Amino acid sequence: MISLFFLIIYMGSFMLMLLVLGIQVKCFHEIITIGYRVYHSYDLPWFRTLSWYFLLCVNYFFYGETVADYFATFVQREEQLQFLIRYHRFISFALYLAGFCMFVLSLVKKHYRLQFYMFAWTHVTLLITVTQSHLVIQNLFEGMIWFLVPISSVICNDITAYLFGFFFGRTPLIKLSPKKTWEGFIGGFFSTVVFGFIAAYVLSKYQYFVCPVEYRSDVNSFVTDCEPSELFQLRSYSLPPFLKSVLRQETVSLYPFQIHSIAFSTFASLIGPFGGFFASGFKRAFKIKDFANTIPGHGGIMDRFDCQYLMATFVHVYITSFIRGPNPSKVLQQLLVLQPEQQLNIYKTLKTHLIEKGILQPTLKA
Amino acid sequence: MNELRLRAVREPDAPPEDKESEPEAKVDGETASDSESRAEATPLVTSVDDTPEVLNRALSNLSSRWKNWWVRGILTLAMIAFFFVIIYLGPMVLMIIVMCVQIKCFHEIITIGYNVYHSYDLPWFRTLSWYFLLCVNYFFYGETVTDYFFTLVQREEPLRILSKYHRFISFTLYLIGFCMFVLSLVKKHYRLQFYMFGWTHVTLLIVVTQSHLVIHNLFEGMIWFIVPISCVICNDIMAYMFGFFFGRTPLIKLSPKKTWEGFIGGFFATVLFGLLLSYVMSGYRCFVCPVEYNNDTNSFTVDCEPSDLFRLHEYNIPEVIQSAIGWKIVRMYPFQIHSIALSTFASLIGPFGGFFASGFKRAFKIKDFANTIPGHGGIMDRFDCQYLMATFVNVYIASFIRGPNPSKLIQQFMTLRPDQQLHIFNTLRSHLTEKGMLADATEN
Repeated sequence: MISLFFLIIYMGSFMLMLLVLGIQVKCFHEIITIGYRVYHSYDLPWFRTLSWYFLLCVNYFFYGETVADYFATFVQREEQLQFLIRYHRFISFALYLAGFCMFVLSLVKKHYRLQFYMFAWTHVTLLITVTQSHLVIQNLFEGMIWFLVPISSVICNDITAYLFGFFFGRTPLIKLSPKKTWEGFIGGFFSTVVFGFIAAYVLSKYQYFVCPVEYRSDVNSFVTDCEPSELFQLRSYSLPPFLKSVLRQETVSLYPFQIHSIAFSTFASLIGPFGGFFASGFKRAFKIKDFANTIPGHGGIMDRFDCQYLMATFVHVYITSFIRGPNPSKVLQQLLVLQPEQQLNIYKTLKTHLIEKGILQPTLKA
Repeated sequence: MNELRLRAVREPDAPPEDKESEPEAKVDGETASDSESRAEATPLVTSVDDTPEVLNRALSNLSSRWKNWWVRGILTLAMIAFFFVIIYLGPMVLMIIVMCVQIKCFHEIITIGYNVYHSYDLPWFRTLSWYFLLCVNYFFYGETVTDYFFTLVQREEPLRILSKYHRFISFTLYLIGFCMFVLSLVKKHYRLQFYMFGWTHVTLLIVVTQSHLVIHNLFEGMIWFIVPISCVICNDIMAYMFGFFFGRTPLIKLSPKKTWEGFIGGFFATVLFGLLLSYVMSGYRCFVCPVEYNNDTNSFTVDCEPSDLFRLHEYNIPEVIQSAIGWKIVRMYPFQIHSIALSTFASLIGPFGGFFASGFKRAFKIKDFANTIPGHGGIMDRFDCQYLMATFVNVYIASFIRGPNPSKLIQQFMTLRPDQQLHIFNTLRSHLTEKGMLADATEN
């Protein structure tokens, strides 16, 4: 599995997107199948169709929001795509409504409760798997490093906590998962922080990982080529006194991103396991050993990804709060939608602002 | 008569002894469907006559059937009067009312969940459900407040920090709730706890998001709030009236009281009502203007130049109708055309929200969501057709009416990096030049 991971990273961002989509669909399928078995509702009329239909609608909505942002230039060219983008929310809502009405019409007298349960089950599953996978893709577009470092931290924490628990494990951590121990937990925490630190250092050097993914219309493919932002440029930090004596160095040069990676690793080690406990509780509640039997020896895809649930949301929230400002292509896209008079007003305001800041030369003709 | 809901006199439903057999069914080894088949026989909530004493005395002479009719009628008028009073009091009060309705709806649905799963004694769960409600509300209100109270927020330092890191703070609060849930899982009650967790989240998804979309619509202008809600209420009442007088062919097995005659009659009546109401309301600025927060007076103001939508236009009537009515042109507000779309949605799709709620009540064997309003059931019973309407209006406004907010765009622009700003500026310039808005050679 780890080699498959490396292979896909090598093949590029587009393949990663497809992979994320594939995993999302498989996770959805696994959870829905569990729901069917729990409620013996495999024979319910329409329900399989409706679940997949809702998955399609929500994916359409999310992909439309993402695609519109990143493929702005491509979209401007095609007339039909422009129409789809402009009324995207309305079209998605209409599609969802059609599914909702089909659900209401499909209610059968003896099976009301079952049908409502499956409806709710589908929606909660969509909420968990589909939103997470789209946040993952948005993180990916920020730069592959925002995708790779968090996921590797979670995987590393899994593995090192297991190893520490295996060799030193004594005090159990939580009744839900009897195999987890405090020694594993704490050992995993420290090793993950160190691992994250080193992985961030190695990956920050390469433009391939660090640059936001952009779609170039001339080349018709994804390009990662840019001037690395401040986060990914080496800076010297002066060490606090006690570390100075230990390491015998005055300063150390680090990428600022490595400081962020400590935050990620901490989250992955401390809160990530709660996602795992949630999944364990879920399996125990519904009396299943594994989510599915897709991967021999490891269970289903969900078993491998259970700790990742919260990580993707955390990284996304972290990026929007601390790193990135608003998305420039989105701002541009919204600008182009405005009325011409409004555009002219904004243009004048922007020009005065830019000239004030010295970014634009006043002698430039308008 | 099927149409009348007999609430005044009612035998208590199935004997309470049946309920004792159910707790044994909730052992971990059971699958859900087994316990359900046992539960099918017993309804969960016995109904109670709760008409207020004063009405009881006034109506003691009438037979029970007409008494019920009068109770319903009086309460309907009371609710409509209440609606008018609130509109008069202004946007701030409306926001508070929406918030209270939301909390009450959440409470009703969660209580049903407790009753269904007999899980009222689960440790922590009541606290957790209310905690999640608080988190999601905090998140949504924060997003709204940041947009609309931008200047106020920038002035106060603590508010500024709260709004800058808003998403992170909300996420942290939610995470705490999530971790508390995981830590509260108790060995024998795993399944129940997961069910309640799922139930809480679906309820939040339905109730809280809708109420925030309602508030968004309200900020666009009170007319975007009043017209859709009135259309749904009107459709309810009209469909009932038409069904009462002309009803013959049943509409859907789920709600045997609804008829096709009621449905179609309600549709036409609602479209007409929507047209008239929007005509009346478009004349007043206090309904038509977006709600803004005025820094100096520290209150909400509705004062503006009415947009194009709310100015009378002249439309040529097509030939067909010209001969019928005898007028050549008609003066309408463009908003009335939109109101046709809103009324159509309210009459055709709104009832699906009602059927969904009926199916829900039938699935969980309850007569009404709660007994808050005598003769009408709970708050959810009154609002069940509104579920989809608020979302529709919001999507409609976002897609067809309002473009992006220019001042918000300028704010976002200011926070970008200089090279990004330059890039956007140049693209905008070439776009405007292409359109001919900017002359190439002259300084603008």
